[in-house]
Amino acid sequence: MESDQLNKSSEIEAAAPVIEPGHTFASVTDKISAIVLTHRTPRFWYVGFGLSFMLVLVLLFGIAYLLTMGVGVWGINVPVAWGFAIVNFVWWIGIGHAGTLISAILLLLRQKWRQSINRFAEAMTLFAVACAGLFPLLHLGRPWYAYWLFPYPSTMGIQPQFRSPLVWDVFAVSTYFTISLLFWFMGLIPDLATMRDQARRRFPRFAYGILAMGWRGSAIHWHRYEMAYLLMAGLATPLVVSVHTVVSFDFAVGLIPGWHSTIFPPYFVAGAIYSGFAMVLTLAIPLRKLYGLEDFITLRHLKNMGEVMLATGMIVAYGYLMETFMAWYSGNIYEQYLLWNRMFGPYWYMYWALILFNILVPQMLWLRAVRTNVVALFLIAICVNIGMWLERYVIVVVSLSRDFLPSSWGMYSATVWDYAIFIGSIGLFVCLLFLFIRVLPMISIFEMRELVHETEEAK
Amino acid sequence: MKPDTRHPTPEPRPSIPAAPRLDLASIRERLASSRGREYWRCFEELSDSEEFHELLKQEFPQQSAGWFEGVSRRDFLRLMGASLALAGLNACRATPSDEKIVPYVNQPEQIVPGRPLFFATAFPMNGAATGVLVESHEGRPTKIEGNPNHPASLGATDAFSQASILTMYDPDRSQVVKNAGRISTWNAFLTAINDDLEAERVAGGTGLRILTETITSPTLADQLRQLLAKFPRAKWHQYEPVNRDSVHAGDRLAFGTDVNTLYRFENADVILSLDADFLFRGPANVRYARDFASKRRVRQGKAEMNRLYVIEATPSITGAMADHRIALPPSEIPNFAGAIAAKMGLSVQASADAQRSQWIDALVRDLQKHRGTTAVVAGDQQPPGVHALAHWMNQALDNVGKTVIYTDPIEANPVGQLASLRELVKDMESGTVKILLMLGGNPVFTSPVDLGFAEQLAKVPLRVHSGLYEDETSAYCHWHIPEAHYLETWSDIRAYDGTVTILQPLIAPLYGGKSSHEILAALLGGSGVATYDTVRNYWKAQKVPGDFETFWRAALHDGIVAGTSFQPKTVKLKPFADVDVRSGASTASSETRNLTPENVQPETRDTQTKTGNSLEIAFQPDPTLFDGRFANNGWLQELPKPLIKLTWDNAALVSPKTAQRLGLSYRVGSRGGEHGRVFTDMIELRYEGRTLRVPSWIVPGHADECVTLHFGYGRTHAGKVGNGTGFNAYAIRTANAPSFGTGVEIRKIGTQYMLACTQFHHSMEGRDLVRAATLEEYRKNPNFAQDEHHDEPEGSLYPGFKYEGYAWGMSIDVSACIGCNACVVACQAENSIAVVGKTEVTRGREMHWLRIDRYYKGDPENPDTYHQPIPCMHCENAPCELVCPVGATSHSHEGLNDMVYNRCVGTRYCSNNCPYKVRRFNFFEYSDFETPSLKPMRNPNVTVRSRGVMEKCTYCVQRINVAKIAAEKENRRVRDGEIQTACHAACPTQAIVFGDINNREAAVAKLKADSLNYGLLTELKTQPRTTYLAKLRNPNPEIKTS
Repeated sequence: MESDQLNKSSEIEAAAPVIEPGHTFASVTDKISAIVLTHRTPRFWYVGFGLSFMLVLVLLFGIAYLLTMGVGVWGINVPVAWGFAIVNFVWWIGIGHAGTLISAILLLLRQKWRQSINRFAEAMTLFAVACAGLFPLLHLGRPWYAYWLFPYPSTMGIQPQFRSPLVWDVFAVSTYFTISLLFWFMGLIPDLATMRDQARRRFPRFAYGILAMGWRGSAIHWHRYEMAYLLMAGLATPLVVSVHTVVSFDFAVGLIPGWHSTIFPPYFVAGAIYSGFAMVLTLAIPLRKLYGLEDFITLRHLKNMGEVMLATGMIVAYGYLMETFMAWYSGNIYEQYLLWNRMFGPYWYMYWALILFNILVPQMLWLRAVRTNVVALFLIAICVNIGMWLERYVIVVVSLSRDFLPSSWGMYSATVWDYAIFIGSIGLFVCLLFLFIRVLPMISIFEMRELVHETEEAK
Repeated sequence: MKPDTRHPTPEPRPSIPAAPRLDLASIRERLASSRGREYWRCFEELSDSEEFHELLKQEFPQQSAGWFEGVSRRDFLRLMGASLALAGLNACRATPSDEKIVPYVNQPEQIVPGRPLFFATAFPMNGAATGVLVESHEGRPTKIEGNPNHPASLGATDAFSQASILTMYDPDRSQVVKNAGRISTWNAFLTAINDDLEAERVAGGTGLRILTETITSPTLADQLRQLLAKFPRAKWHQYEPVNRDSVHAGDRLAFGTDVNTLYRFENADVILSLDADFLFRGPANVRYARDFASKRRVRQGKAEMNRLYVIEATPSITGAMADHRIALPPSEIPNFAGAIAAKMGLSVQASADAQRSQWIDALVRDLQKHRGTTAVVAGDQQPPGVHALAHWMNQALDNVGKTVIYTDPIEANPVGQLASLRELVKDMESGTVKILLMLGGNPVFTSPVDLGFAEQLAKVPLRVHSGLYEDETSAYCHWHIPEAHYLETWSDIRAYDGTVTILQPLIAPLYGGKSSHEILAALLGGSGVATYDTVRNYWKAQKVPGDFETFWRAALHDGIVAGTSFQPKTVKLKPFADVDVRSGASTASSETRNLTPENVQPETRDTQTKTGNSLEIAFQPDPTLFDGRFANNGWLQELPKPLIKLTWDNAALVSPKTAQRLGLSYRVGSRGGEHGRVFTDMIELRYEGRTLRVPSWIVPGHADECVTLHFGYGRTHAGKVGNGTGFNAYAIRTANAPSFGTGVEIRKIGTQYMLACTQFHHSMEGRDLVRAATLEEYRKNPNFAQDEHHDEPEGSLYPGFKYEGYAWGMSIDVSACIGCNACVVACQAENSIAVVGKTEVTRGREMHWLRIDRYYKGDPENPDTYHQPIPCMHCENAPCELVCPVGATSHSHEGLNDMVYNRCVGTRYCSNNCPYKVRRFNFFEYSDFETPSLKPMRNPNVTVRSRGVMEKCTYCVQRINVAKIAAEKENRRVRDGEIQTACHAACPTQAIVFGDINNREAAVAKLKADSLNYGLLTELKTQPRTTYLAKLRNPNPEIKTS
């Protein structure tokens, strides 16, 4: 089928389908809800869930050890007081950008192709933000006082220090998480009702029934639903930009060379979307294959996502270029040294790997053949995921390792506990995703039905 | 010889005598025959053997009689009554100190809870005193300060005296009298030794030997004299690994008599150091640092400086201060000194190559231009000939009586210590020695390896050692007596100029330690005599002018005994030509390499033609552990050594060129990096048939073809902290060449060793962190430190904060800083800063609030060295405060950047955003909250930080507040100089000055107005309150530097 598609590549350009022809309302509903309700849980699910759950155990063990001993179990030290924890935090937050972008911004821009990927992209966002949220908590020297970062009515009469970007982070991330959760849940309501109606057994029917909040699909319901959904999208849209902007302030507000840069907000947002789409691709490609959802997540989706990646990747590349240019143009010896240190210092391999994964490899997306090749897209998406992680490593660790006074230059190297918690967080993410595809429809049923309707009408 | 049962022989570690074999059959039989319950505690008791009875008798000699023979009712009642009465008496025992007790019921005049008292005493090192004032909180000494009245201190201290307080509280100190490794008592010791002593008394003391460290204490010397009078044939030996044998031998060579040489560096315009590290070593290092720096201060209106020439092998802090420095292997320095002397007109045959001879010409011209205001100083480790030569040179330069003063020696008996030790070893070998009493010291560890001290020691039938620790020597002794720390005992001691200080105890001995006075008094038959009485009676006998009580109180109060400093003495220098060169050569070291004016070019030229792998070796005391006595002191272990910045280890130091020739490499570890761990090649040193494996370490400015080893490491019985750190240089240090020798072979053994280095990066990377100029450049442009540098950006959107009232600030003079580390340890002591251990240092996590950055500039073969102490800058516009999410670090209205430990959640954002990287984080629970003995040591006014909390320099805010409260009570402003931060107070060169910059008359405000003043990284607009005075050097314009 894929080779057919390739032969018809000229048509793809014009009006490749966002849903394969021949589907009816019923077939869409059956196909998607059956994955959860009637099909036997496939063996790969057990294997995947089991493996990822083992990684969750690694995470739990890592956290227990960390809390018992202190953050000294990580490789951090005095010049480099932030390590994997912050790298992972920014990376996960970045990944968590695609969901809202796809759901909200593309909704407002009336991009119909978003409808088959938005559900699990949103789920992915939630889980990524949950993973991200772990790290700022865990990286505290005294995590049991983390609530001091919130403005609660304290008997001590003390409030957080609102000039600190970390406080802004708290608000940005928690708001983002809340909105993402609500948005995702709202989008689920009509489907939950469908699931309630489709479910045969008592418990699923009961559970979906509760969650569907009495959705009956009346015209009034639909009317209000559409309005609310649009409003939510309107609310969520600025968040897509704001969250990573605020995260970038963590660095931009600091005066360390390599951090202190006004280019950071747009560059971080672009990077976040870049990595978010890479992660959606990384997940969508195996999922559509394993669950046979090629009809709903078509080549056009993949191609579009590839194009978004290419565009945001170019913005990120521009960011790198400007950093280099500004280091030279500013005449600031610290900035210049920083750049030299990134490229040729002890962490040189990190920088060049980042350039390779983030800039050079994705250039292949200029080729249509690559954009429509599932395997190539998958590999490029993986590269971008790694590259974006390296980018955060370079920003956080390499900048800190050599700042102003050469006397305090030092180095950071991750310990086994750094890795345990990082890999464990990936495990948690994957584990949550497996649970999600097991209990909820991973593609929005009602929106697919809409697509069927629209395709019909178009004929 | 029949084994002596009273003194079981410990070889090498005392072992418990083998248990008698159990006779199970007889035990069963006895158990069967017994009635009722019979408890047994051990097999020995069960077997009811002879040995068990013997053991019990030994353990409880007093009770042994009544133990087995049954107690009658009358006896029982009598015993009980007596016990009760004795228990009552015991309760009457006066503590904390026997001599003067102060009840708290009625509050005594002086003691206000929470307000510390200061007591004057003196820190003894190598027998010489540094006068100190000890801060005492309700009877607990917590901090050492210098005594401004004391000539060797003038208010400052060095790192060792600062750290000595930790040694006193060290939980690893020996706590009980031990006999062959078993716990015993002081009385048991007295009982045991009495018989032997009685036998010796009959024999006139033929077999009695006493080995001490260098003694200057008049009282102790008097006791020793009394003892020698009682035992006329007994001998008193002295030995310390860092001794002044060469100095004394040189004096005798030049004068024919013992003298003590003092330098008046405050009058010296040109100083020539021949391998003399006078800022670190010797009895007056603190004083000399002050005097030396006083001539290097250039302020507006006065642009004069002294000039220092240093010829040395191992880069030292003195060498780092030099305006001209030449690195030569130590064996070539005598020749070089000879060449200088020859140029000055002394008939010495010595030559230097053309390039060097130009240098020497310029030096000699400079010296002769400043006749009477120069000083030639020879290093302790140089042979006596160099010292003699220095005396002649000083004479020729007309310095005597002006910058060089001669007095009587301060040592009670200035013997050649190595010769003294040799004699003792010979006597031990021949079996003459029956009793050896070692008061302090650790000769088994520190004596030259070829003497075989430990081996011969085993031949002595009764060996007694007193020491602060159960060390290597104790392990070889029958009796170990815990020694009282100097803060726990009365004594007296002389300073470098003869001034006597009476030591007063700050606390009763924590672990029941006995002072040397007490041990000697016991030997003299007065076992009950308190040290207090011994010292006091000695001074009573001295017929002091006026009322004794007044004298005593004044001496204790001032920390010096007035009028005891030695008067300058006129000594006649022997005519240069006709010196009997052998006469001064009493020490072993000088026999082999005695330098004489006639044959002053010794065998040293062969280093030029050195082939293969044969190098020269120099032995030096460790810059932080000294001779090993501080091995269990965590503060000193973790103190980055000046220049090389190593902690917790020593290494074989070599020059970059030699390292290249030998193919020595290093690798910076990826965890911690340059601020943590460096892996270097292990090498094997083969020297005079002995080998030692040590890691190598490349030091810019080290003499080529020479390797330096610091001794003091590699202890096996130091304690929990010191055991197993570093490598034992004593293992190859011989009596023939205790300071340096030739013929070391070096072999790479192919493995690498991880060293903990806090600053491996040498270069300033072209940044203007330490701004420096020559005096000439300064005269041309006094504003060089401010010109042509990045300026602070102008303007701000927000109005600045107006600091009414006080505005605290600090000024650090980079010209005056000698990098001695006194401030670092002072800060650690004042602020209860935790020790983290080697592993954590290698991860880049050491906790020092104040560090001394070291940078090199120029040719790595002989670079310029810069020290820059970095405390918190207390930026007015602090980057750390902005980013803390919980406001745990915030600004006070007096400009302090305060740290609120309670509020800190540990995001470490502040540390990341600090451009000076002065913040320190408790990655683990570093502070020791468990060890009871360390608790009273801590400053009660400083919070002990727990895990997960950030900390940093507070400008000693606790001291600021004490002074402010005092001033407020008197309704006045805090006066300038009233508040001294710990670093300010400790600094020997007064390079660190703290005060109120709003007070225009304050010293700190004046310094900040100086043209040399500059701030670090001001282009970031941090507006640091700590600023620096630029570095000035004063090179000789006639000498072209590279």
